Amino acid sequence: MDFNRIKEKLNILADAAKYDVSCSSSGSNRKNKDNGLGDTGNGICHTYTEDGRCVSLLKILLTNHCIFDCAYCVTRKSNDIQRAAFKIQEVVDLTINFYRRNYIEGLFLSSGIFKSADHTMERLIAVAKKLREEENFNGYIHLKSIPGASDELMYEAGLYADRLSVNIEIPTISGLKLLAPDKKHEDFIKPMQKVKDEIIRYKEERKIIKSTAKYAPAGQSTQMIVGATGESDKDIMYSATHFYKNYKMKRVYYSGYVPISTDSRLPSLGSEVPILRENRLYQTDWLLRFYGFSVNEILDADNPNLDMDIDPKLMWALRNLNYFPVDINKAEPRMLARIPGIGMGSVHKIISSRKYRSLNWEHLKKMGIALNRAKYFIICNSNDWERRDLDASTIKGKILQSQNGKFKNQYNNQLSLFN
Amino acid sequence: MNTSKTLVYDGSFNGFLTAVFVGFEQKLSHADIQKNSQFQSGLFADTETIFTNIDKAQRVWNGVRKKSNSAIKNIYFAFLSEQNDIEALLYHYIQKLMGSKYLGATDFSDAGILKINQLAHKVGREKHRMEAFVRFQLTKDDVYFANIEPDFDVLPLVSKHFRNRYADQQWIIYDLKRKYGIFYDLQTVEIISLDLTDIYTNSMEKSDAFTHEEYEYQDLWNNYFKSTTIKSRINTKLHVQHVPKRYWKYLSEKKEAV
Repeated sequence: MDFNRIKEKLNILADAAKYDVSCSSSGSNRKNKDNGLGDTGNGICHTYTEDGRCVSLLKILLTNHCIFDCAYCVTRKSNDIQRAAFKIQEVVDLTINFYRRNYIEGLFLSSGIFKSADHTMERLIAVAKKLREEENFNGYIHLKSIPGASDELMYEAGLYADRLSVNIEIPTISGLKLLAPDKKHEDFIKPMQKVKDEIIRYKEERKIIKSTAKYAPAGQSTQMIVGATGESDKDIMYSATHFYKNYKMKRVYYSGYVPISTDSRLPSLGSEVPILRENRLYQTDWLLRFYGFSVNEILDADNPNLDMDIDPKLMWALRNLNYFPVDINKAEPRMLARIPGIGMGSVHKIISSRKYRSLNWEHLKKMGIALNRAKYFIICNSNDWERRDLDASTIKGKILQSQNGKFKNQYNNQLSLFN
Repeated sequence: MNTSKTLVYDGSFNGFLTAVFVGFEQKLSHADIQKNSQFQSGLFADTETIFTNIDKAQRVWNGVRKKSNSAIKNIYFAFLSEQNDIEALLYHYIQKLMGSKYLGATDFSDAGILKINQLAHKVGREKHRMEAFVRFQLTKDDVYFANIEPDFDVLPLVSKHFRNRYADQQWIIYDLKRKYGIFYDLQTVEIISLDLTDIYTNSMEKSDAFTHEEYEYQDLWNNYFKSTTIKSRINTKLHVQHVPKRYWKYLSEKKEAV
């Protein structure tokens, strides 16, 4: 093996793959087979990059040669960059050797589109097949579904991969037309639909025949770029909800646009990555998936964007003060989950502890509840609670004063008096 | 039930459970359970030496398990935290658990119970970190070798994970702090102790013990680690929070930073 040549390729093709934010290795149930190599479980982050993102998979492109010219993409045809391509065996060797040293949970393989969608998809499948059949590798494999790939290939891909994903990238159809004129919206949807149908079919069959083979056991995911086309938070979250609901997505990822091009249709080079906005979108995503909120409670025509200075749950609570205060010792779990400053972990702790005694401030504090936010919205076993009838803006002001978040300087828009 | 006594045991988990059994048998409301390696006799204390008895330990274990499966995990994990007076805390915890008609182990408004939960959680986190941060290096004898220095004694907890995952390669994970390791020989996992002359951290110097290819792969991995960072999003605080500095010397990708 020519390590120097591999190193060169790895640098180019890992660099090009890093804008795909998904790195999860959880959700699969593949076990070690016949004393072979590897298994999957809850997912492990083996290290974190210096920008703080989890590294759990070897995330690379098979090649960054591409016939498309999508403005937002670093490997677009018209971009003047170094190009490289891995051989199938090289990807297999890298994956196995990294895995054996406990560097990674598995492989995340994507690719630029060379020749045709089907030709590219075939190569991706060939890598996964080799890993599974020749190396008896039972670790995690995430393959990219290439937009426009045929149903037959998507079927085959699911037999070897744990997860498949197509990145929708641009949340609105008009945005897609503007930035990726040669890609059609249907091309993204088709493989997604096929994989979803097969997952459902395999699940049904497994109910009857237990030994039915696995088909993409960790499901599908997708990704949207945030801040590239002037879309609103409402556009993004409604689109995300659509994918969760209609395509049974396991995850939708939000990726703050990193300027990589001088194209006038896009934010200019050097403009800041919208990290805070990305964070608020993820918080909203969590509220929808784990806290029982529906998207129109948080974002609607009157409120198309999330507040940057406070989290979305607090934003919702301040708009709906009529539901509060909530009695910690009596309220239903679904209402506890809606109190700002209380996470699902604390909800479970409260429910199991209040069976033994009526909880007071001291108990709540020890359990780790963020009382600086929660105290305006709850009563507990104490005579000492917020009695004043505060309005939403006063509560918000008091909470903002009491916290010192890392983003504080980013949303402090008030003009300083003496500047 | 208002007596107190010092029970001295051998430091093993079964020894501790035997001490709990003895404490319950003698209806001690407070048991001062101490490891014989750290034992300090009080001036007027009533002391008893406990001999580990598997049957008695098993009875305590089964009794707790009947009450709650999560409690049994909490007890074992918290025990491995090696914290001072963990024994007294656990004794209180088991008392609470056995005394209540319903599941006392979930009363997080009880300070002792909350404490055990938090300790178990901490040990669980360290276990998870070791599953993440172990970096095997391939020796010339075809054994994948890793050094660790975990905050808590988590080797017994991670052995199953590595056994299930690396079933077709020989490996050793060695705890330098506690001077023992686990070795998988393609059949079973065994506890070993080694006389290590060199400590094989991921230093810049190459050791003769490892294959030539080993260093090539480390180099590839370090390159991958660099290429996958997005420069315009650098967030050192978050990075250090996830990968605390005390683990860096064992991580090949942080070689240059150490």
